[in-house]
Amino acid sequence: MPLVVEGLRYAIAGRPLLGPVDLRLDHGGITAVMGPNGAGKSVLLRLLHGLVRASSGRISWAGRALDDGIRRRQAMVFQKPVLLRRSVAANIDFALKLRAVPDIAGRRDELMRLARLDHVAQRPARVLSGGEQQRLAIVRALALEPDVLFLDEPTASLDPAATLAIEDLAKTVRDRGVKIILITHDAGQARRLADDIVFLHGGRVTEHTPATRFFERPASAEAAAFLAGKIVL
Amino acid sequence: MQDFAGAFTLAFSLLASFDADLYEIVGLSLQVTLSAVLIAALIGLPVGALIATTRFPGRGLVIVVLNTLMGLPPVVIGLLVYMALSNAGPLGVLRLLYTPGAMIIAQALLVTPIVAALSRQVIEDRHGECAELFRSMVVSWGRAIATLLWDARAALLTVALAGFGRAIAEVGAVIIVGGNINHVTRVMTTAIALETSKGDLALALALGIVLLIVAIAVNGAVSALRAGTVPASHV
Repeated sequence: MPLVVEGLRYAIAGRPLLGPVDLRLDHGGITAVMGPNGAGKSVLLRLLHGLVRASSGRISWAGRALDDGIRRRQAMVFQKPVLLRRSVAANIDFALKLRAVPDIAGRRDELMRLARLDHVAQRPARVLSGGEQQRLAIVRALALEPDVLFLDEPTASLDPAATLAIEDLAKTVRDRGVKIILITHDAGQARRLADDIVFLHGGRVTEHTPATRFFERPASAEAAAFLAGKIVL
Repeated sequence: MQDFAGAFTLAFSLLASFDADLYEIVGLSLQVTLSAVLIAALIGLPVGALIATTRFPGRGLVIVVLNTLMGLPPVVIGLLVYMALSNAGPLGVLRLLYTPGAMIIAQALLVTPIVAALSRQVIEDRHGECAELFRSMVVSWGRAIATLLWDARAALLTVALAGFGRAIAEVGAVIIVGGNINHVTRVMTTAIALETSKGDLALALALGIVLLIVAIAVNGAVSALRAGTVPASHV
């Protein structure tokens, strides 16, 4: 689903948090959204997924305005995974039943193998490690069979091994044709995963370029300073 | 001290001798209270969930009123139910006054605000964690409520136990609407009140100990059920 964003603004009590944002994203691939804290990355993701309502502007997915029909073709994984208080398998079943997927058991087993969680299928989700919980959240989102997957800093506070497992999972998902929009603070991760980079600063998109060009020759001074490890305010 | 020792001895001898009158009273107490708690759960849980998951004008006031109703005096409930069920009352035609049915109604009215208010808090906390996930997954309101109730089942069992404790121990409402009629509406608390008024303090105390044992047994059974069906990590 290609995305077109025009004049998007978001404000709370008259205080602007984002915008105006104009953006076009193609079908497929991984788009990394980067920028310093408070740049508006999470707000942008929530706006694109329809979790919050824009103050003004237009969001269209494949030419259609954002509605429940479009949102059913999307899924989101939050920075802190929100898991239901039931087993790993039951968490996935919940999503499969929501979309009335046929052969729930077969699809569940396939997803658990994909996330390498099949050995903990009947364990309560809340006792999993941080990395396992995040992998479960991702495959539960995949159980919704989305065309677009939003990942909000999925590897924040994970160790390198768990981060690698999440990145491998993201690549597999991308290779299956799912568009991934990923927020990350980790330039290394963006370099490893992203096809294109959206850099936000002060609630505005300062640049949107292919990843290779972004890391070689960032167009904006803010992005250059961010990549140089300077503190960008 | 001798009175206390005698009361304990009497309590256990009543239980051990399978005293028919005692077991009839215990049985009716459990029947009335468990029925009332079941009705209160069927009404109070959806009401609590509704208030927890919706925003509407006056919601804060509704919560204050609901919380206040948790402390409603049983005699007031008893009086209201008595007036409603008496021959001159709007529900007099049901001829429920001085029956276990009237006692169940009174206790259900007493317990429903407790179940609704406490479950509202439990579900609201859980909803705070899951609301964005449900919106993201486009989960219908009804399914979200069912999911929250199931996920919070361990805490909600404790809520039901709080209601049970309130109902099994109350005397004011059941004595007004039940009348403490021997072999008809006599329950543990009304029997204790009767024996106290007759001056048989040892028997009254013994009945009190039996009541405590029954309450402990029910709480223990529910705790065992909870441990068996809800792992600690799901709580």
